[in-house]
Amino acid sequence: MPVGRLSNAFARAKAENRAALVAYVMAGDPSLEACAAILDALPKAGVDVIELGFPFTDPMADGPSIQRAGIRALKNGTTLRKTMALVGQFRQNHPETPLIVMGYLNPVETMGYDAFARHAAEVGIDGAIIVDAPPEEDAELRAAMQASDLALIRLATPTTDAKRLPAVVAGVSGFVYYVSVAGITGDKAIETADIAEAVAAVRQASGLPVAVGFGIKTPEAAARTAKIADGVVVGSALVDVIASAHETGADAAQAAAVFCQSLSQAIAQAR
Amino acid sequence: MDARNSWGSYPDAQGRFGQFGGRFVAETLMPNILALQQAYEDAKADPSFQETLDVFLRDYVGRPSPLYFAERLTDHFGGAKIYFKRDELNHTGAHKINNCMGQIFLAMRMGKTRIIAETGAGQHGVATATVCARFGLPCIVYMGATDVERQSPNVFRMKLLGAEVRPVDAGTATLKDAMNEALRDWVTNVDDTFYIIGTVAGPHPYPQLVRDFQSVIGRETKQQMLEREGRLPDALVACIGGGSNAIGLFHPFLEDESVKIYGVEAAGHGIETGQHAATLTGGRPGVLHGNRTYLLQNDDGQIIDAHSISAGLDYPGVGPEHAFLKDTGRATYLSATDDEALEAFQLCARLEGILPALEPSHALARVGEIAKDVGKGGIVVMNLCGRGDKDIFTIANALGAKI
Repeated sequence: MPVGRLSNAFARAKAENRAALVAYVMAGDPSLEACAAILDALPKAGVDVIELGFPFTDPMADGPSIQRAGIRALKNGTTLRKTMALVGQFRQNHPETPLIVMGYLNPVETMGYDAFARHAAEVGIDGAIIVDAPPEEDAELRAAMQASDLALIRLATPTTDAKRLPAVVAGVSGFVYYVSVAGITGDKAIETADIAEAVAAVRQASGLPVAVGFGIKTPEAAARTAKIADGVVVGSALVDVIASAHETGADAAQAAAVFCQSLSQAIAQAR
Repeated sequence: MDARNSWGSYPDAQGRFGQFGGRFVAETLMPNILALQQAYEDAKADPSFQETLDVFLRDYVGRPSPLYFAERLTDHFGGAKIYFKRDELNHTGAHKINNCMGQIFLAMRMGKTRIIAETGAGQHGVATATVCARFGLPCIVYMGATDVERQSPNVFRMKLLGAEVRPVDAGTATLKDAMNEALRDWVTNVDDTFYIIGTVAGPHPYPQLVRDFQSVIGRETKQQMLEREGRLPDALVACIGGGSNAIGLFHPFLEDESVKIYGVEAAGHGIETGQHAATLTGGRPGVLHGNRTYLLQNDDGQIIDAHSISAGLDYPGVGPEHAFLKDTGRATYLSATDDEALEAFQLCARLEGILPALEPSHALARVGEIAKDVGKGGIVVMNLCGRGDKDIFTIANALGAKI
């Protein structure tokens, strides 16, 4: 079922001849309550897949936006367990929208791979991206995830060459996340023409939908990416919208919804 | 564990020392890490690589560093003879340059044109800036803002050498945050940039190659000891932050079972206060900065801030080979507090006329007990891995002196 929920979301988008919108938010940012409200608002705002970050003190692949979001989340007492509780709460009202968690390995190791996968399945998580667990190091995690029918989503990058690609896509399910620039999250935007070829190669090697992310900040950029990818991931830009709404005392959930609607509309009209 | 007769065979092909080590990095870096490993293996197979390195170690760094009999400290403690391996006499004042010299030759071999590094105490930053100046490569050093403050002489030295020092405000603004930022830089500039890691941590092959470049310390010690005393020492002592000076001394002796090995971590205000950097004593295994090792962390797997008066030991992790040596029992890991290190510093200054850095002052704080334990007639070698000039402001502050 969980992997099915992801596949269904991408299949639905494909049937409508559009890319899926994948939206990243950080658990517990700007607070656990406000984050619950944000998650609640995303499906109606056109988000097809939710990526929920769980915070880590040393997010070495993240840029300033997500670093700050993680620091806010940790200050709010957010843990991996509380992240899972947020998902449990979300699932009560949203049985269809797939949700994956994204973060670093140490909190997962601390919980234990089997416990992580079991709890994740119980609360209705569909999969996970663990940034610092490349194929060479994720065998235990992969086994635990498979046993609970959860998707393990890996990152492919511009530095992943043809020789390495088969190893990167082996054993993955759900979709593949193509990082469109070599860099940290929220980094420089890039020319979509450069990545069309890479996306096609990843799609062919994996037989899975390919979502593209890193550096997509505007509806225009989302639309350009939507022409060539099966999914468009927006992270840092959404995290920034949430942060500035929170700082100015505005409703973060509403601000997130408005931004996601603009992305969703741009993506729907892209092809 | 049947590691006894084959310590030299670690790490394995996956970069593991038992369960420790590995390559826990984002996919963007994996091809780079694999290319570095290949380049290092090629370099090792090429005799001209080591020959060129040896010339620079001799003529530029000043190796071999002396092995010095610390007679007055020996008399003071009344136990085994205490020798210092004087790596503080190297060019730039610490052992760090041994590794930087090796890595800069690797970088040039790989055709990289931009060098980045992280630094805590600033010694590795200075050593990196030095080799970059010598070989004409641009150098960017990431340094926690807290460390920039408490190691201002080294910051100025790096700038004089033409390096750009980028203060890092994230997290606790110390060594671990500088390493995060350097990794982010590397992820963003994979094509032209070589990351000179300063300690035996990080993803494979760094713990191995830094160890190999630092092992010149132990190889020289062994030869000098055989010449001087006609036998091996009974015990080795070195301070442990990430652990590069220690592994450099220890590694050539791992298979000599008669030689006891002691690492000394920074106990800060005391292990019981929670404000310390004694990872092996007070931490548990986890994954950070590309490797599995002992870490200071809470029950959610979040990294806890380390504390030490010594910026070079202020790190919540430790090299994976030390984690392995601890778990196999080959080495014993002790700790010394800020106050004990300060006391040892002053003792060494007055009895031997040497200002040690605060880092080896931690090792020095345990040397007396180890020398007594080994007993008269025995021999203890301590790695005096850095000189204390950089620390005089910190020490003045701690002693309530105005300079």
